Amino acid sequence: MKLTTPITKEKLAGLKAGDAIEITGTIYTARDAAHKRMNEMLDCGEELPFDIKDAVIYYVGPTPAAPNHVFGSAGPTTSMRMDAYAPRLYDLGLSVSIGKGYRTQAVVDAIKRNHAAYMVAIGGAGALLSQCIKKAELVAFEELGPEAVYRLEVVDFPVTLAIDGEGHNLYEE
Amino acid sequence: MREFDVRQLTEAVSTMVQDVNYRYPADVKHCLDSACEKETSRIGKATLEYLKLNAAIADEKHIPICQDTGMVAVYLYVGQDVHFTHGSVNEAIQEGVRQGYDKGYLRKSMVSEPLFERVNTKDNTPCMIYTSIIDGEQVILEITCKGAGSENMSVIEMLKPAQGIEGVKQTVLNAVKKAGPNACPPMVIGVGLGGSFDYAAYLAKKATVRSCDSAHPDPRYAALEDQLLSEINQLNIGPQGLKGDTTALKVNIETHATHIACLPCAVNISCHITRHARREF
Repeated sequence: MKLTTPITKEKLAGLKAGDAIEITGTIYTARDAAHKRMNEMLDCGEELPFDIKDAVIYYVGPTPAAPNHVFGSAGPTTSMRMDAYAPRLYDLGLSVSIGKGYRTQAVVDAIKRNHAAYMVAIGGAGALLSQCIKKAELVAFEELGPEAVYRLEVVDFPVTLAIDGEGHNLYEE
Repeated sequence: MREFDVRQLTEAVSTMVQDVNYRYPADVKHCLDSACEKETSRIGKATLEYLKLNAAIADEKHIPICQDTGMVAVYLYVGQDVHFTHGSVNEAIQEGVRQGYDKGYLRKSMVSEPLFERVNTKDNTPCMIYTSIIDGEQVILEITCKGAGSENMSVIEMLKPAQGIEGVKQTVLNAVKKAGPNACPPMVIGVGLGGSFDYAAYLAKKATVRSCDSAHPDPRYAALEDQLLSEINQLNIGPQGLKGDTTALKVNIETHATHIACLPCAVNISCHITRHARREF
């Protein structure tokens, strides 16, 4: 199954936990420190560094790109560390988060409430996944190094739907 | 007495941290290949094939296998008849980490303190250095570049001696169940038994540095390593937590004498890459 961004709620309707999906289009990187910053920005009433509506966030902290490489190694990090912030972002329109591993019930509930999705990429397959990244551009928080936010253009980025819009959870089937 | 130029340590650490981040250690690759052959779950086998393909791309295109290129721990064994020259041993090792992570385009993942500002040190130092004195004139360097997804799932239990083998098994199995997909299975499990609270944790980490082609020298503990591996692989967590026979590639146990009242059991969980290397000088 192929999905192109923006991933609207309509495109997610009918997809089931366990479905293999390839994403093409724009996705944003953000992990621990970037989530903390974005949460603080929201607390202060500031705009997020990118439009969260129907957006895809990829939980990743890449290696630095070597010369002649578009991006570094870029596999998913453990999603659970973002669980304190994820429900708020889903409620603001986030469509898909991509990471690896379990989510807390609060995140499952937020996904269900918003008919959104949580997808998982293969942990530790950073070299292979980097081959799907065709363009990378720094968006915010450069000082955070590997935790900065990048806008990535990806082609056929392989993921598995882990929690679908009805709250079905791949890890509990 | 042997004179030893500490600059050799810088060069060795720099090379070793790069090597293990671009190519699986031979022992771990061997376990991964053999698990892939035996895996009976379709999705499990496909996932293991995916990891093998990832390893091939990392090697061919020179991209780190995983973006988490780890927190470095160095185990330095120093012969008591060795005299170090040309500077500080500790600084030479830190410099090796600095150079390796810079030259190798590896991710700098260290923050200077754990709680308040968490500012990235931007060169992946400081690493943790454990030094032991051994007999003779040899210097031995072992390193591990440990990813955090698996490290975070590690546990320690101060068991009662009466809990015995069953207590140890339950502690290890519970840790693996809780880790699930978070720890990037198939995992390598390091178990530290005995010593004290802190020493058991040290042993557990050191067990993941030991070759996955090795066994505990005491046949009773070697048998326990095999039993634990077999029971872990019956949990049906599978590669990446997507079900299957391959939840762990290897269980290594390290042991130490302990107090009459103690049975410390530490479980250090490592991922399918388990970057470790050893060099003898």
